Amino acid sequence: MVLTKRIIPCLDLKDGRVVKGTHFVGLRDAGDPVELAQRYNEQGADEVVFLDITATREDRGTIIDVVQRAADQLFLPLTVGGGIRTIEDMKQILRAGADKVSINSSAVADPNLISQGAERFGTQCIVVAVDVRRNYETAPGKTPITLADGRECWYEVVTHGGSRGTGLDAVAWVREAEERGAGEILLTSMETDGTKEGFDIPITRAVSETVGIPVVASGGVGTLDHFYEGFTEGKADACLAASVFHYGEFTVRQVKEYLAGRGIPIRL
Amino acid sequence: MKKKIVIIDYGLGNLRSVLRGLERAGAAPAITADPEAIASADGIVLPGVGAFRDGMEMLGGLADTVLAAANETPLLGICLGMQMLMDRSEEHGIHRGLGLVPGDVKRFVPAAGEKVPHMGWNTIHIDPGTPLFDGLHEEEYVYFVHSYYAAAAPANTIASTTYIRPFASAVNNGLTYGVQFHPEKSGAVGLKILENFIERVC
Repeated sequence: MVLTKRIIPCLDLKDGRVVKGTHFVGLRDAGDPVELAQRYNEQGADEVVFLDITATREDRGTIIDVVQRAADQLFLPLTVGGGIRTIEDMKQILRAGADKVSINSSAVADPNLISQGAERFGTQCIVVAVDVRRNYETAPGKTPITLADGRECWYEVVTHGGSRGTGLDAVAWVREAEERGAGEILLTSMETDGTKEGFDIPITRAVSETVGIPVVASGGVGTLDHFYEGFTEGKADACLAASVFHYGEFTVRQVKEYLAGRGIPIRL
Repeated sequence: MKKKIVIIDYGLGNLRSVLRGLERAGAAPAITADPEAIASADGIVLPGVGAFRDGMEMLGGLADTVLAAANETPLLGICLGMQMLMDRSEEHGIHRGLGLVPGDVKRFVPAAGEKVPHMGWNTIHIDPGTPLFDGLHEEEYVYFVHSYYAAAAPANTIASTTYIRPFASAVNNGLTYGVQFHPEKSGAVGLKILENFIERVC
């Protein structure tokens, strides 16, 4: 037997309620996070991610109460991201019952946060979430990646829900995050997020081949085959999706049974 | 009467999930650093997440309390808590552990394409004779997150897992048990293991 590939439903939260947007805007309220997480648990989710997507932009604190309620009822791994800026924020979230904290904009603003978090809580606790978009303007020092149509680009790290470019080369950034002690990379491409056209395979594969820590592919799943591609073409260790699960297009179990049927190692 | 299980609080780790897991599994658990409470408990859980040296340092004087209690009280180490039961760890230098289970803690040496930490759901192959795994299948999925593994003797290994190399995913020596995975994060299988610790071991 081998380590199984993980299917991770993501719940985007605002004010303690679940929302899901396209390209991170146009949010729409849709339910209690703990209830929804429990449903995913029953369907065989390998892990659940809570992402407080508005936390950075509106300077909101984190979601201790939701995490506590979820951790009290769910006996499966829980990752929490959004608005985590300090070691103290991490401590509160972990003590509330989360297993991992995911940091994004705050890690870009201060990469020491990765090292300090890893030192204090262990590398396995620190997920570095990396949002990227394609940049077609060639620049020195950027990692060129060839797309399916033959065009070449590099991937730029973006923050604040995709609204801010950073000039950082995504491949260089994930390498640095790993060196600083990140235990996992959660990669979301703004090119595919919300499109239902599948994961952004070229960057997913490049990141998976660059780092020696697990990579979670995120953004763009619309079909069962997209999950399969994420694992085979993208070489991801886990696939994360929100809306296909949230709106009931597939259950987690359907996805896992499909993947197992195609030879992907899956926990059923 | 529900069994009184103490969870050692030494400032590390996600104690809340362990607490709720033990409650769900039928115990009366408490998070404590009080030596008297530890000495009078029906069972002890040593949790832990993070680095070995920090864990041992933060355990500090409680190490003696735990060692004394472990002579007559069943003990379950979880994840880093299991690694701390061993003789030594090579995480960031060589550091001494509690020495309750013979063996050392070593770092995974990954080949190309293999990832560390070992993170996710993997299979344990259990020793069906052990009370900790009563009622389970010989292979079950549980949730792991770790970069170091315990190299224990076969006599002390009650479950094994293969990732990069075969390693002891659960150990036992007398009344002392340790699991490398997180039973409190391993769904129904994990809760069954906690229940077995409470009902069959304690």
